[in-house]
Amino acid sequence: MKGKFLRRLYILAVMIFFYLPIIYTVVFSFNSSKSLSTFSGFSLQWYEKMFHNKDMVNSIFYTIAIAVLATLVSTFVGTLTAIGLSKSGRILKAAVEQVNDMPIMNPDIVTGIGLLMFFSTLAVKKGFMTLLLSHIMFCIPYVILSVMPKLRSLDPNLLDAALDLGCTPMQAVTKVIVPQITSGIVSGALIAFTMSFDDFVISYFVTGSGVNNISIMVYTMSKRINPSINALSTVIIVIITAALIAINLVPLLSEKNKNKNKGV
Amino acid sequence: MKALRKLVYPYIAWAAVMIVVPMLMILVYAFTKEGNSVRNFMFSLDSFKRFFSDPVFSEVLKRSLEIAVLTTIFCVLLGYPAAYAMVRSRFKIQWVLLTTIPTWINMLVRTYAWRGMLDNKGLINSFLGLIGLGPYKMLETTFAVVLGMVYNFIPFMILQIYNALEKIDKSYLEAAADLGANRVQVFLKVTLPLSVPGIISGITLVFLPAVSSFFIPKLLGGGKYVLIGNVIENQFLTAGDWSFGSAISLIMAAVIIVSMYITRRIDRKISPEGGLDK
Repeated sequence: MKGKFLRRLYILAVMIFFYLPIIYTVVFSFNSSKSLSTFSGFSLQWYEKMFHNKDMVNSIFYTIAIAVLATLVSTFVGTLTAIGLSKSGRILKAAVEQVNDMPIMNPDIVTGIGLLMFFSTLAVKKGFMTLLLSHIMFCIPYVILSVMPKLRSLDPNLLDAALDLGCTPMQAVTKVIVPQITSGIVSGALIAFTMSFDDFVISYFVTGSGVNNISIMVYTMSKRINPSINALSTVIIVIITAALIAINLVPLLSEKNKNKNKGV
Repeated sequence: MKALRKLVYPYIAWAAVMIVVPMLMILVYAFTKEGNSVRNFMFSLDSFKRFFSDPVFSEVLKRSLEIAVLTTIFCVLLGYPAAYAMVRSRFKIQWVLLTTIPTWINMLVRTYAWRGMLDNKGLINSFLGLIGLGPYKMLETTFAVVLGMVYNFIPFMILQIYNALEKIDKSYLEAAADLGANRVQVFLKVTLPLSVPGIISGITLVFLPAVSSFFIPKLLGGGKYVLIGNVIENQFLTAGDWSFGSAISLIMAAVIIVSMYITRRIDRKISPEGGLDK
């Protein structure tokens, strides 16, 4: 029994290690003083300061706008590509998957500098557009990776049946394939959203003209002690936690729907 | 059927432009001279010569490797017992979820939090003060940088080892015990060898970001703490020397590939030949 106690104690210690900094950030974002160690009272002053700082407010706006747009585009393109890949020849499939893995396997800094040189060479003005294009670029691979397994487990006759029964190929995709792989698409979209929302390294290299996301904001402001960073961090933590709860609820909900359909 | 294949074409075009071209640019720039227009491509190894002839850069590369190896070792030593305890817990799914959640929260935000906690007047020092210790200077030390990296990357290690441990068939453990092995022997001769693949993939997931990280050393190590990632950042954002920056990132990629190769070789030596599950 001593072993069991030690194991529990160890897990607990690890969890404290994981969550202490996160809790610390949230708690001290409500601190009434600038202190890093003593909580001197509840106050919303750092949130007020954050909302009066135009750059910080803009960074929240940019982060959400980029994440939403990148998620929409990458989910759409990624899903269609995955469907196409599942019907493609072995060589083409292997080649596309190989290239698709590159942004995932490469260190972010390598992807970042590659894109920086690419955009600069084309003399594209760095800012919102370059940020968005880069986010779409590194989000699509995750969508493809989460949709592919669902397609693999699909009955290949399903598509033939739909076509035989008079569906056009596009109808077959929207009415037969997509409904079967919804859970893969949704989890791909959520991964894309959190990837885009949290990205620092790649964004840092491809942005410009004052367009900053929250991560870049935290990085550039971190040189001095500034508790409004804690407020900004708390905003991130809340949004991502909400997205995470959604991720974990979606499988449960779709499970419920399935059961309902079965019942009917 | 064939009509659906066309759905891949837009992405092929996109990936060629947005993924392949930038990677090729790194290659081209690494092997050309700075200031030399890339259009009249002049092959040159100058950037590589510059890197290896200047002791400052070799020192940075050495330090980056040391920090990454140290981080990886700590992640294995601290992560293994955690994964082991989690597999044997009644609430294993909950623990896995709680280990995953931090990895989804912005690394920069979580690393920044440590700045407040490690500060001379921060949370940890004031706690140590209560029991009559310190204050210790923790920020801007190697300790802070390694701590920051372990903090950010250990969840990946734990999850990989957990998956490997979870897959082990319990009947192996029972068989070993029936054949007279005590608990330590069961662990050393059955559990540990079977979990090596998990440790190896964990090492991959920790070592790679640890070598290339540049914001953890900057946030926790201070401006003077320079690792290879910081040198690359400087070349692109301050010095504007693309050729040298590209060459360094290729050197970094080579270091990563060689390290991964060595790790796999060790893996093949340790793990049981043929594997039990094959």
